Amino acid sequence: MTEFKLPSLGADMDQGKLLEWKVKPGDAVRRGQVIALVDTSKAAVEVEIWHDGVVQELITQPGETIAVGAVMARLATPGEVPVPALRRPASPAARKRAHELDVDIEKLAGTGPHGAVTLEDVEKAAVKPTPAAVPVPDRQAEMRKAIAAAMSRSKREIPHYYLAETIPMQRAMEQLARANAARPVTERVLIGALQLKAVALTLRQFPDLNGFWQDGAFRAGAGIHVGVAISLRQGGLVAPAIHDVDQLSLEDLMRALADLVQRARAGSLRSSEMSDPTITVTNLGEQGVESVFGVIYPPQVALVGFGRIAERALAEGGALRVAPVVTATLSGDHRASDGHRGARFLAALREQLLRPEEL
Amino acid sequence: MKPEELKAQVLKLLTTIAPELDAASLRADKPLRNQIDLDSMDWLNFLVALHERLKVDIPEADYGKLATLDQLLAYLKEKLPA
Repeated sequence: MTEFKLPSLGADMDQGKLLEWKVKPGDAVRRGQVIALVDTSKAAVEVEIWHDGVVQELITQPGETIAVGAVMARLATPGEVPVPALRRPASPAARKRAHELDVDIEKLAGTGPHGAVTLEDVEKAAVKPTPAAVPVPDRQAEMRKAIAAAMSRSKREIPHYYLAETIPMQRAMEQLARANAARPVTERVLIGALQLKAVALTLRQFPDLNGFWQDGAFRAGAGIHVGVAISLRQGGLVAPAIHDVDQLSLEDLMRALADLVQRARAGSLRSSEMSDPTITVTNLGEQGVESVFGVIYPPQVALVGFGRIAERALAEGGALRVAPVVTATLSGDHRASDGHRGARFLAALREQLLRPEEL
Repeated sequence: MKPEELKAQVLKLLTTIAPELDAASLRADKPLRNQIDLDSMDWLNFLVALHERLKVDIPEADYGKLATLDQLLAYLKEKLPA
């Protein structure tokens, strides 16, 4: 028997409200399957399960607010003989009415003797609005509070150091323009995707910047899961992860990025995306700024920022020429790495962007 | 397609990308992306929507010709069959 607990969905979330179960007792579930929809201050998050098994009991009821780590359901693991799913006690009248109203009696919390479902419970459940229609209490204000909490914790706990490097972008932009000219508009790749890939490939040589500071020690990330800072149109931001960015082709990465931005803005993200970014990349160049020195999202230990790509005078080999450049920055956690290491990372990132054919 | 019909279609597509867009206060002769805060992902999504709706494919090399709503409409008029 295993317990399914509400996973952490990022440093700025310590509780969530169950909106809906996507499974019922007796259902077989597979690793990675979305089994519940939980509302947080930032989005309605699709929560995945990380074991195969058979649902035995749903403990949390829709509408309940629970803390991270609280047991939400119990499951039989594969190989384990599942305890036959107990039928929820209910009066025959309640069962009949449930059938008429198309209410799943197994999902109801009974208020009768020994938790039996009563006729009244069934009728109440039938008129309950669907979870999606439940008004969310001012998500804007909630999100502001969550960002305030995470960023205050970051500035309180993380001794940041900041570095910047100017990177010539002509080769990368020319290569991308050539490739895009041959692609239909639906498959066009943005320079932001190229920058993400460059960061991920560079991180392979810098595992000490890719992971978490937890319980007084650094723990390397299991993969290179890049959190992408996405501003929301109505204000606020989220930074969900794209998984294993270093292993994705540029085209697949672009598709993943477009999908993530679209879902972030629609308020529909998955628990794994919220909980496991190993580093964050923010790009504020489109807002016209030259550089951004970001605040690290705990428990991560680094954040990479990109500013605007703009033409500048470059001195090379005793001559001046005009070329597009970008300022890349690194905010590093001094507990996990030193400026020397961070400087080597930015130098390697520069070299990577000068070799766009590898991206 | 009539010019006013084309404009209405374009504004409708822009509204799907930027729901808060107030078409009445949009200046057709001023930079479009700035006015409604379209980043490159929004812009690409808009071009994909234009492609799906009007069957026009706008190459990246032409982005410079599409700074304002007026310029965009003139460009589309050229590209679309009369």
